[in-house]
Amino acid sequence: MSEQPAATESVTGAQSLIKSLEAAGVEHVFGIPGGAILPAYDPLFDSVKLRHILVRHEQGAGHAAQGYAAATGRVGVCMATSGPGATNLVTPLADAHMDSVPVVAVTGQVASGSIGTDAFQEADIRGITMPITKHNFLVTDAADIPRTIAEAFHIASTGRPGPVLVDVSKDALQSRTSFAWPSELHLPGYRPVTRPHSKQVREAARLITESRKPVLYVGGGVIRARAAKELRTLAELTGIPVVTTLMARGAFPDSHPQHLGMPGMHGTVAAVGALQRSDLIISLGARFDDRVTGALDSFAPNAKVIHADIDPAEIGKNRFADVPIVGDCREVIADLVVALQAEHDAGRQGDYEGWVHYLAGVRKRYPLGYDKPTDGSLAPQYVLERLGHIAGPDSIYVAGVGQHQMWASQFIGYEKPQTWINSGGLGTMGFAVPAAMGAKVGRPDTTVWAVDGDGCFQMTNQELATCAIEGIPVKIAVINNESLGMVRQWQTLFYNERYSNTDLQSKRIPDFVKLADAYGCVGLACESPDDVDSTIQKAMEINDVPVVVDFRVNRDAMVWPMVAAGTSNDDIKTARDMAPTWEDDDLEGGK
Amino acid sequence: MSKHTLSVLVENKPGVLARVAGLFSRRGFNIDSLAVGPTEHPEVSRMTIVVDVASSPLEQVTKQLNKLVEVIKIVELDPTQSVNRELMLVKVKATASTRGQVLEVVQLFRAKVVDVATDAITIQIVGNTDKLADFLTMVEPYGVRELVQSGMVAIGRGSRSISERTLKPVPVPAAPAAG
Repeated sequence: MSEQPAATESVTGAQSLIKSLEAAGVEHVFGIPGGAILPAYDPLFDSVKLRHILVRHEQGAGHAAQGYAAATGRVGVCMATSGPGATNLVTPLADAHMDSVPVVAVTGQVASGSIGTDAFQEADIRGITMPITKHNFLVTDAADIPRTIAEAFHIASTGRPGPVLVDVSKDALQSRTSFAWPSELHLPGYRPVTRPHSKQVREAARLITESRKPVLYVGGGVIRARAAKELRTLAELTGIPVVTTLMARGAFPDSHPQHLGMPGMHGTVAAVGALQRSDLIISLGARFDDRVTGALDSFAPNAKVIHADIDPAEIGKNRFADVPIVGDCREVIADLVVALQAEHDAGRQGDYEGWVHYLAGVRKRYPLGYDKPTDGSLAPQYVLERLGHIAGPDSIYVAGVGQHQMWASQFIGYEKPQTWINSGGLGTMGFAVPAAMGAKVGRPDTTVWAVDGDGCFQMTNQELATCAIEGIPVKIAVINNESLGMVRQWQTLFYNERYSNTDLQSKRIPDFVKLADAYGCVGLACESPDDVDSTIQKAMEINDVPVVVDFRVNRDAMVWPMVAAGTSNDDIKTARDMAPTWEDDDLEGGK
Repeated sequence: MSKHTLSVLVENKPGVLARVAGLFSRRGFNIDSLAVGPTEHPEVSRMTIVVDVASSPLEQVTKQLNKLVEVIKIVELDPTQSVNRELMLVKVKATASTRGQVLEVVQLFRAKVVDVATDAITIQIVGNTDKLADFLTMVEPYGVRELVQSGMVAIGRGSRSISERTLKPVPVPAAPAAG
């Protein structure tokens, strides 16, 4: 609110905000204007460095910023007005918080004099988002704008990444100020540790060498830290089997012989079994989520744990860590490689042969698979298998939440980091379309496929308009089983097949092909296994407009394997009433 | 369960108390008492938080607190190596016949009378939790009409200060490259 009379440097708070975003390196902003943020949209109109993408719902802006960040590793930016504009960002912010996605949200706020008066479109968005952001700010003085934006980007992108919200009052945007981008920040309470402690790394190397049944338990931190290359070096140096969590798919090639697949509720038998029977879990940027551990008291009962994470609060939160390592995953893994090489040079090398042999047997006996429907209808898993095959490992795949997400994780096949984007922690239905849009804006030369369910798709498909108008040619595979499929699966298994409110009838209403057409996209439909390849190829050939493919699949397909919620990983089922046999004797007796 | 006293240095900015209080309730940690006030540095406030948790959840409490950007430093104060004080104001019934006895208790505890009325006196007492509890036991028979108590404040013994610290600025990183 301070009037600063500087002649040439003088700008409005709004101009200062746009200059600050430019100075922070922002190129794309997803948002919707409204009353309180309106002053910022005026200088934004003139900016040549910033491209604003006008979305149709603020939730779409938030998920687009997430998709952009996940695909590029840069900070995604979204903008909204006060009140409902800001509260519509709550879901994406919570999602970004759970999955450690670097996002900066800029929201308008009513004039500072009106804050607390229940003014029109007033909501305490800073208060609302305190528990779901890494940090947030309320700016009521235009002079604070550059410093706050600089701090927001620094906090969002360093340490454990996460969302930061900057709420700016309308009068701060309208008042005059002088612009100066800060050269240093004063954040005395924010000092993320990235360098691992060398003593801990040596201790970890010693445990790894002494163990007989180790597993590399790889989480999303490896993707965020861009440590896929280092991980591969570590895995190949030691020969230790690898599992990649839902957030880490692509961190290690699915085709690699040491890769056992995804652990957890819908993980492979080999990955779940490897963790359960392990004597040493080397956790890299993972957080022992309940969907991975199953019932915690029976999780990996004989394993010691090396837990490396950039967030000290994750270490020991759910599972005791014998060797805690705080640090950036890339540095931790690089240091581990050096320490293990030193062990090898000194003639100390782990002997995992019996273990690797045992797990190879488990993997061979219990591969991922599915039954083809006997009535000739389309198996959803087949669609994803073919999509992965035809679109290939260089495409980016963005999933919603539910059965299609699990099948996409299981059957597409990932070879590279940042090619698999999904809502893991929060489980946000409707994530895929806007996140795919953001990913495509960030990586315009890469094919981006959204894999969505018919339930998810109907939550956020209004962003097809944005994609069509703004020239963002994403491709969307709707896995249409006319149900809230995962909920229906639980009703099948745990609620006596009483399908309460999970029948969406989406093979009848809406007509997804017509809907795509109405939005200026190409709409395709596919009902028969024979047409899957040609339909995907057709979609691959269209690169000027978005494509929506309605894959009308068998509704009774279920996601297997499955560890029922709250049960032990030992009780994993490969199909209904079918449990694997572990043949532990092989392991104990084997070399 | 056991009680732990945490001294938390925070940036003196609006909303910090809401952040800390929200964190405790969200993560299911119980606060026994909380006191906030200024320190010798105008930009730093100090919270004294007494939590009632076992030692492993306590580690989570401090780790989660440390994640708050505005939290600068957390120190757990050992009760034997620190001075802990609470302040209580108590309005005790005191008629002409009982006033003498109440005043005797006041004197015994080195408390202080801060207000007198015809049928009551208001007493200020400062001390640790045990002393305040003992005092209450002694005056309760006369009738406690009203009571208000501060949160605990605590400081380590000896000459060292927990706020000796560096407020090192962080250089602004260059805008990240694409890819």
